[in-house]
Amino acid sequence: MKLSLEEIRKVALLSRLELEEAELERQTKNINDLLARFEALQALDVTGIEPTSHSIPLFNVMREDETTPSLSREETLSNAPEQLDGYFIVPRIVEGI
Amino acid sequence: MAALYNLTAHELSAMLSRQEISARELTESVIARIEAVEPKVRAYLTPTHDLARQQAAEVDERRARGDSLSPLAGIPLALKDILCTRGIRTTCASKILHNFVPPYDATVVSRLREAGAVCMGKVNLDEFAMGSSTENSAFGPSGNPWDVERVPGGSSGGSSAAVAAGEAIIAIGTDTGGSIRQPASFCGIVGLKPTYGRVSRYGLVAYASSLDQAGPMTRTVLDAAMVMNVISGKDPRDSTSVDLPVPDFTQACRPDVHGVRIGVPKEFFAQGVDTAVAQCVREAIETLCELGATAEECSLPSIEYCLAAYYIIAPAEASSNLARYDGVKYGHRSREWAGHIGLMEKTRAEGFGAEVKQRIMIGTYALSAGYYDAFYKRAQQVRTLIRRDFDRAFSQYDVLLTPTAPTTAFRIGEKADDPLAMKLADVCTLPANMAGIPGLSLPCGFIEGLPVGLQIYGKPYDEETLLRVAYTYEQATDWHTRRPAL
Repeated sequence: MKLSLEEIRKVALLSRLELEEAELERQTKNINDLLARFEALQALDVTGIEPTSHSIPLFNVMREDETTPSLSREETLSNAPEQLDGYFIVPRIVEGI
Repeated sequence: MAALYNLTAHELSAMLSRQEISARELTESVIARIEAVEPKVRAYLTPTHDLARQQAAEVDERRARGDSLSPLAGIPLALKDILCTRGIRTTCASKILHNFVPPYDATVVSRLREAGAVCMGKVNLDEFAMGSSTENSAFGPSGNPWDVERVPGGSSGGSSAAVAAGEAIIAIGTDTGGSIRQPASFCGIVGLKPTYGRVSRYGLVAYASSLDQAGPMTRTVLDAAMVMNVISGKDPRDSTSVDLPVPDFTQACRPDVHGVRIGVPKEFFAQGVDTAVAQCVREAIETLCELGATAEECSLPSIEYCLAAYYIIAPAEASSNLARYDGVKYGHRSREWAGHIGLMEKTRAEGFGAEVKQRIMIGTYALSAGYYDAFYKRAQQVRTLIRRDFDRAFSQYDVLLTPTAPTTAFRIGEKADDPLAMKLADVCTLPANMAGIPGLSLPCGFIEGLPVGLQIYGKPYDEETLLRVAYTYEQATDWHTRRPAL
């Protein structure tokens, strides 16, 4: 299995990474080198084997719905690249309003 | 008397409690050492010497008042810069977080603070813990104290370098595929990756959530046990932390391996493992047998698929975890962009390094429609097979012994252009994370002046047997008493 430059371009878009041509080419080579290592997996018979997502069993954790101290609005916004009147500033997403 | 910065945590803890030394004296000794060797070692990204002096003074005051103190009170500590520290910059060695100042402490950090450990600063790593050498740090690689032209290992290479160089007495690292154990091996110190769930991950910036675990990096096995006593245990803020009683791990540090059954999995001595490294490990196993253990060869057949499965699962989880860096809530934001997608694309392109981008893309691809069954699901099935191999082995053996890394520390730049070669070097350590079991590395020899690591694998939540076997070996040898000439 080998990914083309075009396929990597699409993966980069899905990953929200704007890559220059030279970097796209370099990443295509590196990713294909790694994908070649994955081929052995395809030959393995895994019929009937349950997948493991975590090495320990996980359960939903419930607690009483009680108010506990949490970060203030000021602390929450303290690292924001752009903020105004207690809000995070983001680019306009919906046009015409 | 040896310089204070060269002693172990348990020695210093005893001296502090007898009031032979003060925490301030000890802190000044370590600060002077940092000033002397840091230009060569480059372990620290953000030193916190003012905070250290203040914390040391508080410990001295509390001791003078007669307060009962933790054994770690006054012990100088280095924190891998992937653990959130309230009010102290936490970068993950990434440009995307170069200005991030967390408003809260990781649970590991708050527990160490409460114990009175003295924070010397935040230390280097491969960006977001992705790498094996610290060469992926956006702020440049650290040097190995045994040979500063060589890497200290990674990703917790700043932690291992700081402890080996006397720039901290203890350190915390994190381990997703070997990132505590391999740098411990390269720098001649002890590193313990606890069982998954033993230590809270709250405030540990996530790389691969089902594999990440924080743990101690120290000069001796007893020091590692002292740190484990403080950082282990259930945390309501991490639902994957396990609600099991925390034993006094220092009690496990006794010289006794009578009747301990050692398995030696042959796959870890196969091609790619340096023959001199394998020889050191075999001699260590012989030493343990002379002390009363028994050893025999065994096999973990699924291990050959571990590397491939790991490099699907870890990037898949990373691609999801690192989606949060979007230039909105914290961290870097690009100055020039068009539209909200453009903002994210530009910000992430400028903020992440090449290795992080590669892993995000591999993970995105492996999880994308049409490929999920072929990659991600299959990798998780392999994970089941690996866990079964370990369960089978641990029905016959108490511990498994292997090399920690196939080689000693390599030169800075030697593998930098070959990301695949770098990944192949993690082959001995990845299985512990995939199976969730504990693994410990401790020094078992030197080759041409460079340390070699012995890795001990144990049953889930049986860190005590690991510590006992490690302690017994350590006390019968003198590798841990050597210090690099810097």
